[in-house]
Amino acid sequence: MFGVSTDTLLDIALTAFETIAILLAVVISAALLIWVERRLLGVWQDRYGPNRVGPFGILQVAADMIKIFFKEDWIPPFADKAVFVIAPAIIMFTTLMAFAVIPFTETLGVVDLNIGILFILAMSSLGVYSVILAGWSSDNKYALLGAMRTAAQMISYEVFMGLSLLGVVLLAGSFDLRDIVESQAGMWNVIPQFPAFVIFFIAGCAEIHRAPFDLPEAEQELTAGYHTEYSGMKFGMFFVGEYLGIVLISCLVTVLFFGGWLGPILPGFVWFALKAGFFIVFFVLLRAATVRPRYDQLMAFGWKILLPITLVNVAITGAIVVAQS
Amino acid sequence: MEFAFYLAAIVAVAATARVITCANAVHALLYLIMSLLSVAIVFYTLGAPFAAALEVIVYAGAIMVLFVFVIMMLNLNQETVAREKSWLAPSVWIGPGLLALVLIAVLAAAMAGGESLGSVDSTPLMAERVGRTMFGAYVLVVELAAFVLLAALVVAAHLGRDDRDNAERKRVAAARGRRHPGGEQ
Repeated sequence: MFGVSTDTLLDIALTAFETIAILLAVVISAALLIWVERRLLGVWQDRYGPNRVGPFGILQVAADMIKIFFKEDWIPPFADKAVFVIAPAIIMFTTLMAFAVIPFTETLGVVDLNIGILFILAMSSLGVYSVILAGWSSDNKYALLGAMRTAAQMISYEVFMGLSLLGVVLLAGSFDLRDIVESQAGMWNVIPQFPAFVIFFIAGCAEIHRAPFDLPEAEQELTAGYHTEYSGMKFGMFFVGEYLGIVLISCLVTVLFFGGWLGPILPGFVWFALKAGFFIVFFVLLRAATVRPRYDQLMAFGWKILLPITLVNVAITGAIVVAQS
Repeated sequence: MEFAFYLAAIVAVAATARVITCANAVHALLYLIMSLLSVAIVFYTLGAPFAAALEVIVYAGAIMVLFVFVIMMLNLNQETVAREKSWLAPSVWIGPGLLALVLIAVLAAAMAGGESLGSVDSTPLMAERVGRTMFGAYVLVVELAAFVLLAALVVAAHLGRDDRDNAERKRVAAARGRRHPGGEQ
């Protein structure tokens, strides 16, 4: 059941090496994304962005890291200390755990879990606590308002996220992400499941509260929302956690709707990286191009538009699968 | 797997004990979440990964979030913690403790009687079999549960309607001489 429950020591060592390699690759690409996003936003807003440190400014990440590590790590005296410290760790933990079930190529991936999709949904639903507890433990009204918005937004959009995946699960007949990729050998899921793809992308965007769904940290209204009181590496963990979320949702879209590693000529990993990279860049473009909705608009859009579409999609897909079998 | 089962079970019991004894409501809820997560692992070790995933998604990830959401808005402070502590005086424990003892005695008697309670290593119970059971033998119960939930939903929608608010807002907007922003679309 566990992919790691191997019997020889060599296998354990190899799996451990693979796991650590994937972990490092994911964290490093998330950190690099900070620079990528700032440069791309610069391009789209007709300015340079960070281009001073190293070639093309790529060492900006290193400079930011050094700065953030040496900043004073301040815990407000009025905060609930234990919860305040745990909160940023939760988002890193849950997001990184979700990467464990993502199949990067035919052979590369940490675990083949037969409940893969459910595992990812479970981890993303636990990620909510990070933001809520951060907002609550800060004992700051802006942070608390941000946390309240998050709780409602993430619980609502989790529903559509889970429902939009049901169509994919029905077509593949399995929760296992590897099976889902292999079921797309003939045709990518994005064609028969186009509405599900759009809704999953929107809901994923809301799950990791990226612009235009960044109401929990809307800086014009809430200073910085739930992480107002955070500084130093704790803030850094929220920051990197958000980019990890982008990488995760991009990988998921690739796996669920765009055939994962499948593709002609080029090796599987290159295909996976290209597809995931495309969606990561799309996330940045989305931030550059959209405005933030009002809170009631966000809720009404979810429950009045997304929910009916997902339900109809599930019903139609189910009917077709039953008719064909 | 057996080791994981016992470890998760111990965590579940310890966390649940802290839920009862913790004076700070949010901390108690966090212990309850821990307890639910360890119960999910118990399910997993018993060969029910589907139930484990649902336990995390539904209980730990959705219902408990709403609990935390409500408690968050109650403005808890040192006073409430102190009051909670005073409610946990030793004399309070006698009644529930006795009742729990009776249950433990029954459980111990049942176990000592050699009743087989199933082994830890059983075959995995996958989503398909859960679905077949739920919509086969237990379809009536599932439908009844759906009725109850639907009734709750209707009541919530009824209680939460904002006809009066809308009328009030429209009146204010009309008084200001501009169109009401959240009105008919």
